[in-house]
Amino acid sequence: MAATKAAISLWRRLLALFGGIVGGLFAVGHVRAADLPENKAETLFHSYSGGGVTALGPALLVRKSIMDKVSVSGTYYMDAVSNASIDVVTTASKYHEVRSEFGLSADYVYRDSQITLSATSSHEPDYTANTGSLDISQEVFGGMTTVALGFSRGADKVLKHNSPEFSDAARHWQYRLGVTQILTPRWLMSVNGEALSDDGFLGSPYRFARVFGAAVPERNPRTRSARAVKFRLVGDLGSRDSMHAEYRYYRDTWAIKSHTAELGYSRYFGQAWLADAYARYYSQTKAVFYSDNAPTETVYVSRNRQLSTYTDASLGAKLSYTLKKVPGQYDLKLNGAYEFTHFSFKDFTDIRTGSLYGYNANIVQVFLTATY
Amino acid sequence: MNSFQRLQRQAAGVSGPMRVAFAALIALAATTAPAALAPASAAPDFTLHVMDGPNLRLKEQRGRVVMVNFWATWCGPCRQEMPQLNRLYEKYKASGFVLLGVNVDDDQRKAAEVAGKLGVTFPVLLDTDKVVSKLYDLSTMPSTVIIDRDGKVRYVHRGYLTGYEDNYEKQIRELLK
Amino acid sequence: MRRGTSTTTLALLLAATMLGGCSMMPSAIKPIEPWVKPYERERLADPIMKLSRDSLPEKHFEHVRSVREGGRGATGVQGGGCGCN
Repeated sequence: MAATKAAISLWRRLLALFGGIVGGLFAVGHVRAADLPENKAETLFHSYSGGGVTALGPALLVRKSIMDKVSVSGTYYMDAVSNASIDVVTTASKYHEVRSEFGLSADYVYRDSQITLSATSSHEPDYTANTGSLDISQEVFGGMTTVALGFSRGADKVLKHNSPEFSDAARHWQYRLGVTQILTPRWLMSVNGEALSDDGFLGSPYRFARVFGAAVPERNPRTRSARAVKFRLVGDLGSRDSMHAEYRYYRDTWAIKSHTAELGYSRYFGQAWLADAYARYYSQTKAVFYSDNAPTETVYVSRNRQLSTYTDASLGAKLSYTLKKVPGQYDLKLNGAYEFTHFSFKDFTDIRTGSLYGYNANIVQVFLTATY
Repeated sequence: MNSFQRLQRQAAGVSGPMRVAFAALIALAATTAPAALAPASAAPDFTLHVMDGPNLRLKEQRGRVVMVNFWATWCGPCRQEMPQLNRLYEKYKASGFVLLGVNVDDDQRKAAEVAGKLGVTFPVLLDTDKVVSKLYDLSTMPSTVIIDRDGKVRYVHRGYLTGYEDNYEKQIRELLK
Repeated sequence: MRRGTSTTTLALLLAATMLGGCSMMPSAIKPIEPWVKPYERERLADPIMKLSRDSLPEKHFEHVRSVREGGRGATGVQGGGCGCN
């Protein structure tokens, strides 16, 4: 009953959204067309290693525009995960798993608007996630302002190794609104807001919480609602270089509040080299039902360190080398990126030692990009 | 309470600052396009320096059909359009057609490099100070203006998509008659 | 929780319908002229001014962060750029 009502109201929202966009398309203004995204292909080898977890694999993306009207893209992403993280090592044994994800998207341009429809499907032995999104972006005010609306819907299926009787589901909704505004010929800024909503099984069937020192399967709420807002500033500094600064505030109904701040710099060297460097800082406060060792019995309890109070600080750099460039036709670039992050937990302890946990993570990416 | 009543309740709940924000959105959404180039008006005269050559004045082209194409090296559709324009120039230049490519880059060496790579044979004029762009009040990149033998603006094309060059050809032939 | 989400979605709907109504701007309100002209967008068209340059590496970072961090969302919308066509 509640599900049907929710479905009907969702339909109403989507129809109203669609009606608004179509109305916008017929708005009288001078006839301009937004530009389709450029054709490109990317091959990536990615690796993450930290806290006992290593995840690496290849990824591929190809995008091509058809008849100057539609741009289609397909992606394949693979993660081979080897998990010996602190949770796994202290409560179970190391495991290996492969996750693969396929994505398809189509971009359609009509006058000043760009409509993007995309779908992704991620699969691993005990978790399947399918997502569909619709994004509409409109250029207004002589092309100086871009307004974008987006909607995503996800449906997940959760299973558990060695427990065929366990089967649960999770659903996700995301609503986005963003505005990018050109300030001067050298500076632009953007504000993005997102409302996220999750429903269903939102934890891990393998994770344990600790109550009075004893291990107890974790109990998470079955709903979670969040808001995030991000401010971003990008500017050209005059000597073939640019900088960007961003700040994001996140808050949800599990009482998690987080701040993210990033500062970055990019510069061209000669005709073929491009270098980027950035620093990122993240801090969050714990979920209301999170506890390292719960002293009381509560309805919800979790010892998931992702929900604890912690900070992480990263430094990253990226280098790009243009192998071949024919202006107006194609170019080929070889890129490498590296990021170092230090995680520092304020109320999560390492059971083996009893002291507060912290670890370092390294991300390495090597990729080839081509536009044609 | 049905869903419509619920919706009404929620609409009332949209806060004041939110309403102000959306009113601002409407104001920003108003696009302005004062057409400084009304068809059948005289084309504003200008003098620009030709790449590797002397100055060129628009008024001196009176008697020929002139196509002024505003382009830049950083504009994708402009680069796509250039080979097509070159083809039209080669085809009709003997019949009294002249094509002027006005480049708006800050760095003229980049313009020379890209024009060379694309094999452009029509004159490339350099508008580094954006004086002529302001004069013609360009609202889009690229912009193409077709001027008849009497120096009057006849057609203005904003932007470029594949197939526009067929339109250009039709209009040039019409004006050359 | 539910009410909060509904109010926000309603706000987003209002934004969408207002985009549709922008043709009905009353003439009494004088619109502001865009102050960055299309021929002045050279710096903005440069790839280093793009909010996101390569999709796959960006996707990898987002995935790593959303798995390891509690905070999610508001990743961004493209804009700026050449503004051609």
